[in-house]
Amino acid sequence: MTMPHSSHPTSHGSWQAVIGLEIHAQLNAASKLFSGASTAYGAEPNTHASVIDVALPGTLPVPNRAALHKAIRFGLAVGAQIARQSVFARKNYFYPDLPKGYQISQYELPVVSAGRLAVRVEDGRTIDVEIQRAHLEEDAGKSVHDAFHAATAIDLNRSGTPLLEIVSAPVLHSPAEAVAYMRTVHTLVRWLDICDGNMQEGSFRCDANVSVRRAGETKLGTRAEIKNVNSFRFVEKAIEYEIERQVRALENGEAIVQETRLYDAAHHRTRSMRGKEDAHDYRYFPDPDLPPLSVSSADIAAIEAGMPELPAARRARYESALGLPEADAAQLCSDRATADYFEATLAALAAHGAEHASGAQGREGSGSNAKLAANWVLGELAAALNEATVHIEASHVSAAQLAQLLARVGDGTISGKIAKDVFAAMWAGEGDADTIIAARGLRQISDSGALAAAIDAILAEFPKQLADYRAGNDKLLQFFVGQAMKRTKGQANPQQLNALLRERLGPMAEV
Amino acid sequence: MTSAIAQLAASLRARRNSALDLARQALARAREHAALNATITVDEGAALAAAERADLTLAGGDTPALCGIPLVHKDIFCTNGMRTTCGSRMLEGFVPPYDATVVERLAGAGAVTLGKANMDEFAMGSSNENSFFGPALNPWDLTRVPGGSSGGSAAAVAAGIVPFATGTDTGGSIRQPAAFCGITGLKPTYGRVSRWGMVAFASSLDCGGVLARGAEDCAHVLAAIAGHDPRDATSMDRPVDDYVGVLSTSLKGIRIGVAREYFGGGVEEGVGTTVRAALAELEKLGALLVDIALPHADLAIPAYYVIAPAEASSNLSRYDGVRYGHRCSAPQSLEDLYMRSRAEGFGAEVKRRILVGTYALSAGYFDAYYLRAQRVRRLIANDFTEAFRQVDLIAGPTAPTVAFKLGEKANDPLAMYAADVNTVAVNLAGLPAISIPAGFSEGMPVGLQLIAPAFAEARLLAAAHQFQQHTDWHLHVPGGAA
Repeated sequence: MTMPHSSHPTSHGSWQAVIGLEIHAQLNAASKLFSGASTAYGAEPNTHASVIDVALPGTLPVPNRAALHKAIRFGLAVGAQIARQSVFARKNYFYPDLPKGYQISQYELPVVSAGRLAVRVEDGRTIDVEIQRAHLEEDAGKSVHDAFHAATAIDLNRSGTPLLEIVSAPVLHSPAEAVAYMRTVHTLVRWLDICDGNMQEGSFRCDANVSVRRAGETKLGTRAEIKNVNSFRFVEKAIEYEIERQVRALENGEAIVQETRLYDAAHHRTRSMRGKEDAHDYRYFPDPDLPPLSVSSADIAAIEAGMPELPAARRARYESALGLPEADAAQLCSDRATADYFEATLAALAAHGAEHASGAQGREGSGSNAKLAANWVLGELAAALNEATVHIEASHVSAAQLAQLLARVGDGTISGKIAKDVFAAMWAGEGDADTIIAARGLRQISDSGALAAAIDAILAEFPKQLADYRAGNDKLLQFFVGQAMKRTKGQANPQQLNALLRERLGPMAEV
Repeated sequence: MTSAIAQLAASLRARRNSALDLARQALARAREHAALNATITVDEGAALAAAERADLTLAGGDTPALCGIPLVHKDIFCTNGMRTTCGSRMLEGFVPPYDATVVERLAGAGAVTLGKANMDEFAMGSSNENSFFGPALNPWDLTRVPGGSSGGSAAAVAAGIVPFATGTDTGGSIRQPAAFCGITGLKPTYGRVSRWGMVAFASSLDCGGVLARGAEDCAHVLAAIAGHDPRDATSMDRPVDDYVGVLSTSLKGIRIGVAREYFGGGVEEGVGTTVRAALAELEKLGALLVDIALPHADLAIPAYYVIAPAEASSNLSRYDGVRYGHRCSAPQSLEDLYMRSRAEGFGAEVKRRILVGTYALSAGYFDAYYLRAQRVRRLIANDFTEAFRQVDLIAGPTAPTVAFKLGEKANDPLAMYAADVNTVAVNLAGLPAISIPAGFSEGMPVGLQLIAPAFAEARLLAAAHQFQQHTDWHLHVPGGAA
């Protein structure tokens, strides 16, 4: 389970990296944090900006309770404390796309504090990451530098969009741990339906605080903050570069300066944006326009009642109750829609009364069905979705349709190989499995008389191969299987065909 | 005796006048008194159109008391399509695309807006001398200030241009000009009147209210503008009392606290004498005078002049020359755009308070200034809570002096701030208070301030009205007899 914060082997010898992430997750509320304007992405500039978002004189913010509830969902999912009264504060600084001259955020009393999240790292360890706080804040607008000659354009559509800033303790010790943590949070916020997780559109991005210290040292080193990284790969590369830069500097006897750095994706390096001496004095103070945000026990109970089974719990259930391998369980649970699709398939399959005959037996009766369904969801279906760049929620083949197909494999109507063709036909919209099997005459031949006649015809046709086989060339068994399949248009029951072939071919010569 | 609004309402209903007549007369008086500089904007076309609509409503019968009554709005309330300057060069050309809730509610009641009243820039000031549009003058003596920041509203009502005007009160900005101009000014409880569309100065203190001749007028207006507004998160969702209905409540047995702190050294002798005479009158009407203490009263000014500028420094950050408001010509860089737009757009007092407030919120000073001021604020509120265990109302002079001369304190900000000594504590505690005319000193009006517990506006208005039923100070008008 939890590993002590020891320095595990890295390429940095006796140095330990210390990393904390501040993740900004855009909450998928329909309207902004303090105005009724839409949060939809991609509209014409400044068409989703109300008088509040433009900060006209006399306008006032009113909190969006839906955004608050989404923040609480996150807090409950990480076992955090939910503040009964949280306080909005103003963070003051001038910037052209910050219309009020301050950002409304939470400072001393955030809505969520003291949570924990179990994170599986690539190398198989599970680390326990402390989430210090998660607070609500509004996003700024956008400065567009390339729309007009020698002028910057301001688009305030994003101004006031609700964000949840999720702050981890500095407890991550490698780029791999940081990325694993970020991925786990990414899965969780989408799973909870509080953020669409779209990193291209900036709905999920992070700042990384990175420092290094000698192994065994308990004091934190001077940190650099890398701003606004919006892909898992860039986070990994940026932190990797930053650790190396700091170690190199310290080993050369240089000091690390506390500063804000930007990641340059083109060159995979970080560069200084501003030093501590240029750091803003944000002059935080409680926003007098907004009374403390109250949350009642009843509110929390209602939100708690609406919580879905969390990804970690579901993954554990897939492993223990359904007997799925860890890798399958993890992959199914990387996305709630995928996990839900898998479960719907499994439920429909059970309704067919089918039990996959040849699959491995699970600890429960449905175990073999579970493995069959997992293989199909993660295999054929995932490949088809990928190729068509369609999300599973818009899959051309529904869970019920897939279950019918798998039921036909289970009851021996078709072979697994034929099933792939049927799936392709289903994907192309030719109807459900039974229709396609009937229309194409794909029903498997399990009549031993018919199969025997086919085999006899083949043996008569290929006497030389038969002689070679009997002389000890056992590779020719596959040749005969192939010929029999060809003659039966692939509809021969493979197990039966194998058994009958061996019987007809007779014993091989001892070699 | 009945109120100016009630008289006009009666004459409108008796068809002796039309709303259009009233609007035309008021516009004529506004022109006649142009020297007072009481207004920044007068929109005759809009006023006459509103009056015509009011006449149609009146013809339909059963109408609210304010239907057809002319008014001016302090130029801090946003008016859809009518420029709203806040007394500042920064907003000289700003035309809001929406109405403040106060504006919307008064228009909904049929009241007829003539235009926008002069004021100290961003409501920062006690003399109206900080207006970019020049000072409004006191109708009682044109060499004196009308008070501030709602100086134009007070001057317009005192001169008889309009029977009432809206104002805002952050540290006394309704009550002090009402006192200086010899009219009645009501500052309601914080949260009773929506701040939506009211340009912010200090959000935790700003309060919309009314200036009019008498308490009955104030009751009619408060009835129209009070009440919950979902667009203002600090607006209170609780029922609105029948302010007009309770005006006849007698003063008998009402306990009025007299705080010695409100009669301190800064109070002019003439003002003190006049206010004591008014207290004696209240006693004659059945009120019981009780000596009380407000031990932290002397801390109100320093606490206020930390909190109000701190909030203002943040509230005024939006005036950056980027989206609206004054923008300097040919900015060389972003920093140049910010610095010159703000340097040119704001006046000296506004800049002074932005600097003070920025300092008070800065790292290293926050605890010593802002947090300490907030603690003092709690002590001051507790003083009132304690006092209201013994008394129903608290009384004292609204201002320590009568209206001072133009220029007299203009170069001495501390002397100017000290003039707010009796009013700012009320804002720090969020309480309702009213200033009513109590007599004259040196030929200038003196105001009596009554303070009530939160949401006890009805008690406040009834007491003021009873006093005005037995005195005629509020009926004195400049240049003429009662």
